[in-house]
Amino acid sequence: MVNVIFAGVGGQGVILASKVLMEVAKDRGYDVKESEVHGMAQRGGSVECNVRYGEKVYSPLIEKGTADYVVSLEELEILRKIDYLSPDGAVIVNREKIDPAPVQTGAMSYPNDIQEWIKSRVKQAHFVDTVGALKEAGSKKALNIVMLGFLSRFLEFTDEQWEKAIKSLVKEKFVEMNLKAFKLGREMKSS
Amino acid sequence: MKKVLLGNEAIARGAWEAGCHVATSYPGTPSTEILETIAREYTDIRSQWSPNEKVALEVAAGASIAGARALASMKHVGLNVAADPLFTFSYTGVNGGLVILNADDPGAWSSQNEQDNRHLARASKIPMIEPSSPQEAKDFTMLAFELSEQFDRPVIVRITTRIAHSQGIVEMGERKNVPVREFVRNPQKYVMIPAHARPRHKFIEEQFIKLKEYSNKSGINRIEWGNKKRGIITDSVAYQYVKETCPEDSVLKIGMVWPMPDDVIREFAAAVGELYVVEELDPFIEDYVKALGIKAVGKEIIPLLNELTPEIVDQALNGKKITSLVSDYKTPIPPRPPALCQGCPHGFVFNVLKKLDLNVNGDIGCYTLAVLPPYSAMHTQGCMGASIGMTLGFEKAHGEEMARKTVAVIGDSTFVHSGITPLIDLVYNRGTGTVIILDNRSTAMTGHQDHPATGKTANGEETHELDLELLARACGVKRVVKVDPKNTEEFERVVREETAAREPSVIISLRKCILKK
Repeated sequence: MVNVIFAGVGGQGVILASKVLMEVAKDRGYDVKESEVHGMAQRGGSVECNVRYGEKVYSPLIEKGTADYVVSLEELEILRKIDYLSPDGAVIVNREKIDPAPVQTGAMSYPNDIQEWIKSRVKQAHFVDTVGALKEAGSKKALNIVMLGFLSRFLEFTDEQWEKAIKSLVKEKFVEMNLKAFKLGREMKSS
Repeated sequence: MKKVLLGNEAIARGAWEAGCHVATSYPGTPSTEILETIAREYTDIRSQWSPNEKVALEVAAGASIAGARALASMKHVGLNVAADPLFTFSYTGVNGGLVILNADDPGAWSSQNEQDNRHLARASKIPMIEPSSPQEAKDFTMLAFELSEQFDRPVIVRITTRIAHSQGIVEMGERKNVPVREFVRNPQKYVMIPAHARPRHKFIEEQFIKLKEYSNKSGINRIEWGNKKRGIITDSVAYQYVKETCPEDSVLKIGMVWPMPDDVIREFAAAVGELYVVEELDPFIEDYVKALGIKAVGKEIIPLLNELTPEIVDQALNGKKITSLVSDYKTPIPPRPPALCQGCPHGFVFNVLKKLDLNVNGDIGCYTLAVLPPYSAMHTQGCMGASIGMTLGFEKAHGEEMARKTVAVIGDSTFVHSGITPLIDLVYNRGTGTVIILDNRSTAMTGHQDHPATGKTANGEETHELDLELLARACGVKRVVKVDPKNTEEFERVVREETAAREPSVIISLRKCILKK
């Protein structure tokens, strides 16, 4: 069983990243389940998707302490999901910071010790800078696929399988851009 | 062929495969994607957004009685709006199958309450079935049409957020060819005057006995024997959490939650050492089991509030210790609540209302977020359309001066849904209040569905565009002003003028949702 959480901010595209992962797992013959949030919770708030695949999947939600990978598309959001990580799990964090409302209004400040703290507690912590990859891919909207590309390094699926899944889920005119974004993510460095 | 589908997409697919002819709905999280999927992908079903859930159910009931298979889908609070037709179409029964898809929202992810609509099945005497996965969402939707016709009852399929918005693998089938039946006039069945209603009540109680037999014998309520030391009765998505965290235990999976399978429950309870009930929200199954005289543990250890999760079940049943890493993080973590978008037209409106320090009776939509900082400019909100009736109530409580410092704020889609009758009331009962219709040309919150005032149908066809200004005038409002809220000075002037006026007024704050193409 593989458990993956995608965390982020409404609009960052965590649902598409989950869909591609589910498609590739389904094509390999795995049972898959996923859970996502819609509606009011999406309006610029914290969002997440849980994806699980394996021989037989019951719960669409991942139990705390059992996620193999927590992929956060925004730096702060990793803190909200870190309790889901299994002791042997890995986190992948985009270093982009999006100020939440209390930071915008000056009521609170954006924590500046996240990377340091996570690294002191999690054996496998990958912090990635996606700015270059997004510039090269030609669209900021490709962040979800760039992050998925980075995650793909740890998973069993081949380049061809990922390509097939992306092609089946992305609108035709965006396929090339997303395939490029995926490749850039797969080759991205982490700190 | 197998596909990964969202629970809601699986329901749409199930309706299509079952040969459903007519589908109706009003958008509401977590049910919206059902009708959206039908309108987009299954165009051989005649589908529509209705102005509200009551109308949606009435159109579906009409289609059913006329002979078609019909589906009405809505969120839990939508079924409150449709409760009037629900309770009486329970009496008439159906001709073509009638399925009501009800989506509860434990955890109130996108709702004003956490009501448990299993109670409505019992209260309306309508059978209710509960899928626990996307595959079952499809299968149970199809089954619901069969049961509806077999037992001459509408059937409610109850899902929750975690069924609606979770994806999984679904085996796809072909569409069944179901001809539309003849409409046969039968006033004893279809006209509920008291003389007809009394025998129909008897009929549905007789059907209830047959349905209970089905509930006991059909296998829809399934025992999965494991270790008999402990047995767990569970339903909906809670079943998945139980299977995940208690793989050794015996499980009674409730698929038909009304009527309940007394014999199966007794058989299961007699065979297990300790009996537990794991269900989200109210102790619906638990109370029933206890009323049968069976000892069980439920809400003593399973929370009544909020949705369940695998760790909640694991802690309650297995005493699992969950360690928190983040509790060790000492820097305060800023929350990230949902908020109005940058440049949202509602933002301009609430800046003005805040500046003028008005009492704001709010309504259901994105704009409810104006209750939060930085606006903090909403003071009541309850249900669809309540803003207008409550504004009249404010005036009735304190007199006319109250209307000088109070406004109702309601979106265009919400106004069409439930704002028209209270506006009539405001004029009829000599109120002098001000109603601001936030006309962003869309049902924005749920994902930009069309409605009667956008001039487009669910299928994108052009249709008559309801004129909100003319409508307000027809209700008897003489002061109707259209204004762009981005023009802040002008908007403020209009709000000052209209709240000062000692007669009813409607301000149509017209600006397209910033997210809408």
